[in-house]
Amino acid sequence: MDIPRYWRLKNQRYLLEGRKCQACGELSFPPRLVCKKCKSRLSEPHRFIGRGTLYTFTTIYQTPDRFDAYSPYVVGLIDLEEGVRITAQLTDVRPEEVEIGMALEMVIRQIYADGDRGPILYGYKFRPILQK
Amino acid sequence: MRKVAIVGIGQMPVREHWNSNLRDLAVCALRDAMDDAGVQSLDGLTVGNMLSGALSEQEHLGALIVDYAGLEGVEAVKIEAACGSGAAGIRMAYKAVASGLMDAVGVVGVEKLTEYSGKYSTAALATAADADYETTVGLSFVGINALLMKRYLYEYKFDKSDFAVFPVNAHQNAVHNPNAMFRHKITAQEYAKSKMIADPVNLLDSSPIADGAAAVIVVAQENLYRYPGKPVAILSCEVGTDTLSIDNRTNPLWLAGVERSAMRAFKVAGLSPQDIDLFEAHDAFSIMTALSLEASGFAEPGQAIRFALENGIDIKGRLPLNTCGGLKGRGHPVGATGVYQVVEAVKQLRREVDEHILVPDARYAMAQNIGGSGATVITTILENMSGRS
Repeated sequence: MDIPRYWRLKNQRYLLEGRKCQACGELSFPPRLVCKKCKSRLSEPHRFIGRGTLYTFTTIYQTPDRFDAYSPYVVGLIDLEEGVRITAQLTDVRPEEVEIGMALEMVIRQIYADGDRGPILYGYKFRPILQK
Repeated sequence: MRKVAIVGIGQMPVREHWNSNLRDLAVCALRDAMDDAGVQSLDGLTVGNMLSGALSEQEHLGALIVDYAGLEGVEAVKIEAACGSGAAGIRMAYKAVASGLMDAVGVVGVEKLTEYSGKYSTAALATAADADYETTVGLSFVGINALLMKRYLYEYKFDKSDFAVFPVNAHQNAVHNPNAMFRHKITAQEYAKSKMIADPVNLLDSSPIADGAAAVIVVAQENLYRYPGKPVAILSCEVGTDTLSIDNRTNPLWLAGVERSAMRAFKVAGLSPQDIDLFEAHDAFSIMTALSLEASGFAEPGQAIRFALENGIDIKGRLPLNTCGGLKGRGHPVGATGVYQVVEAVKQLRREVDEHILVPDARYAMAQNIGGSGATVITTILENMSGRS
């Protein structure tokens, strides 16, 4: 496992931290050093709330090696309330229950374990918001 | 700028080449292209390749291939743009010749994807996507295409089975291409029953992992008298880019990279989609064919399937598509694919393909090579030169 990468990305994976442009207010996730809209280089960290709706999804049967133990699982594109779209696994839901447009919220979950003795990678996943 | 032509082509059959290494595949295709062109030397070579480092523990392909091809000392570099590496190499050669910097440049696209298990190669192919934010959450490259296809079906109200038209057409044409990997037909029924890889993308939506090498020799038209080979004009070869990850695109169903590349190519060539006689599209997955037809201007958004059914994409159709089998039927040795597409288009314009897949009287052929899920796109438009002196 590439430890420096996981250390470097901890604020993204645990806090959903992107950037907010200080010139025009545009939000980005993943963080961008140059604003996509106004091209300014002035930005500050911005934490997304972690709620949104499902734009599209897929159930992956033939998985990349390191995800073998989790097959099948659902990956979706989620439209966050703040207007940014991100890619994440869905959790706490059966594949047949997933539908486009459903309301989701971010939770921290295990993404995968690097063997029996290796480090465990945690990060954001999204689960359905339960109806009250 | 000088006008440019392809004066020689070469290709190895797309197969699982367990008995050949990267350099031999590349050298055979390149020397075949040089023989076809009737050239003994080159001013430069670009090598299109994506995964030699990951799957053959071999980088530095430029110097390796010119050495083994008997072109000691010639300028040579590898070009990488994921699955678009091959045509990106052609773009570099086109620029070098058009600018007048070089007179004769070789391009060889080469890839070996069968050194390891399919799963290992699949993981390597996923490096075309965003490593920090897409692949590390468990998304495969097939998965990215599945996300697009799912949304397409939802937004445009199509049935999954409607997509059969593309792979069925590709396989039908591959039957008549001796260099194709899958020389057999498939039916819509087989498509409907095919194994799911990442819902809704099934096995018959997906182009196969394969090994191969293809090459072209690019020269200036003003020098054509020097070469005995049969020339085909490159009217344009243009690159467009887009975000690496599909989640960063406002409308993921509109491939802006394809639009940029195709519109530039049409503009430089002075043509419009209606002028194109055949189109070699990047059908790595069925959904990519649909999105490419739409963003290239052949069909309205959401209308690619209807376009295919109503206008016809077979050899006798209004727009013959993937006439030598496409990625689905010929096979997809990623970094070589873009060169195969252009070699096949050249063969069409030179009337050298099997009569069953020959598009009679074709004047303009277009080939489009896509890296990743539309992040790098190279559109090449070729013209038959037989009417010229």
